[in-house]
Amino acid sequence: MADSIKDIQDQIIQEFSILDGDMEMTNFYIMELGQKLTPMKEEDKTDDNIVKGCQSKVWLTAWLDDNKVFFGADSNTAITKGLVSLLTRIFSGQTPDDIINAELYFPQEIGMDRFIGTQRSNGFGAMIKQMKLYALALKSKIEA
Amino acid sequence: MAEVSQESKKVLDVQEIRNEFPVLNQDVNGKPLAYFDNAATTQKPLQVIQALEDYYKGYNANIHRGIHTLAEKATKAFEETREVLHQFLNSKEKEEIIFTKGTTDSINLVASSFGRRFINEGDEIIVSGLEHHSNIVPWQIVAEERKAIIKVIPVLDNGELDYESFEKLISNKTKMVAVNHASNSLGTVNDLPRIIKAAHQVGAKVLVDGAQATAHIELDVQALDCDFYAISAHKFYGPTGAGALYGKRELLEEMPPYQSGGEMIKDVSFSGTTFNDIPYKFEAGTPNIADIVALKEAVHFVNRIGKQTIAAHELKLLKYAAESMSSIKDLKLIGTASDKVSVQSFVIEGVHHFDIGQMLDARGVAVRTGHHCTQPLMERFGIEGTVRASFAVYNTVEEIDRMIEGLERIVKFMK
Repeated sequence: MADSIKDIQDQIIQEFSILDGDMEMTNFYIMELGQKLTPMKEEDKTDDNIVKGCQSKVWLTAWLDDNKVFFGADSNTAITKGLVSLLTRIFSGQTPDDIINAELYFPQEIGMDRFIGTQRSNGFGAMIKQMKLYALALKSKIEA
Repeated sequence: MAEVSQESKKVLDVQEIRNEFPVLNQDVNGKPLAYFDNAATTQKPLQVIQALEDYYKGYNANIHRGIHTLAEKATKAFEETREVLHQFLNSKEKEEIIFTKGTTDSINLVASSFGRRFINEGDEIIVSGLEHHSNIVPWQIVAEERKAIIKVIPVLDNGELDYESFEKLISNKTKMVAVNHASNSLGTVNDLPRIIKAAHQVGAKVLVDGAQATAHIELDVQALDCDFYAISAHKFYGPTGAGALYGKRELLEEMPPYQSGGEMIKDVSFSGTTFNDIPYKFEAGTPNIADIVALKEAVHFVNRIGKQTIAAHELKLLKYAAESMSSIKDLKLIGTASDKVSVQSFVIEGVHHFDIGQMLDARGVAVRTGHHCTQPLMERFGIEGTVRASFAVYNTVEEIDRMIEGLERIVKFMK
């Protein structure tokens, strides 16, 4: 069984605490996470799949597997790719309801605002919103 | 950048200058700040900050109409700035200096007012491929309203304008040539004498966007013989939201008011209104008094150090930065014109400019990333944007070393 959204957030908080707030190391770490993200299919990188509200380009797709939601993502910038990888790690494999109802506290705990700035914070919020919208849409698909 | 004679250079004590800029003396993300976003806005010296405080603490009042002492004092200080700018730009008369919110506001004024008076169906407006959006969009709006045509001077691979193409574009239909003095994205200094001479030969007028030149290049609007010159105080150590437009009297007098209300009227009755003389005809409403008063101190600051001394220091930094960057793997300098102000744009193949900007910020190095409001220029180079380091009189070689070290680390990690 997949770890819960809460468990994964706690793991992320733990990982970031090792970086001790060092901005440069934190950015390198985020980029490293992005490099590990499962490559998205090129045909999925369409304008329809671009998350609106992000300064960088972020593509996001979602699908159901055994009534669980899975996400594919990519970005044209390494740091944003790392950020979206955190979200796919948290949300992929969860139920639509768990995603819709999830409260994400890890950005605040790791001090994300401080190292990504307002512009990227807004983009990060847009990614979360888009993932929840996907979960909502897929939920209706299950219930249909 | 213009040649600087050895005789004219004063010894520049950068540390002493840095002491005049309190904002520079801080850590950002745990590292000393290296501020290289000066083309966006420069930092402000104490004498400018003090002028703002003095105004609000000592003589805040509305200008030109009040009979009381504070109003008199405020009016005097405000008009002193006009006198100072008149000398700074070497306009023929001080009435040719109109206060605006800045360069963009100045260009809008000319586009709207000159456009209504002098541009008609089928006329042509020439802009350059190096322009900031604020010297493109106002002309597009005018062109649409007046059924005129926009033509664009192409940009060569090194970031210089293609003057031969320009000379083919210009004709008797050309009514306005709107170009910057120096490019905000690439630093290219344009050959204004050549442009102005060609424009005047066909009876066209020339507006110069001087935003990026004011802090670096000696200005003399009479020697240039430009028709309009637009500046922003915050690009040359002054406050934001204050700037000026220089315009030749004969043109300004023929142009209709751009905005209405307040200072721009002479008499108002319901049967009609007569407008004030220049410059007041173009200064509707209560202006940004405090910042315009403080603008004067920015001019004093620049004059005290001397433009040639500033330019010599910045040229040293620019050369050092360009040479240091050239040794970084996969880094490409964008904009290598022979005459430049202290702006260096670059890209690193395979690394997005946003990531570079954020990684440098983590080391306290502030650079600009993106298209710098010159999207057509980015398109010309086939790129989305660049990283732009732009230097000011208070920057040092050591700060550039920190940027280079950061860039090397990024390349090492990403490659």
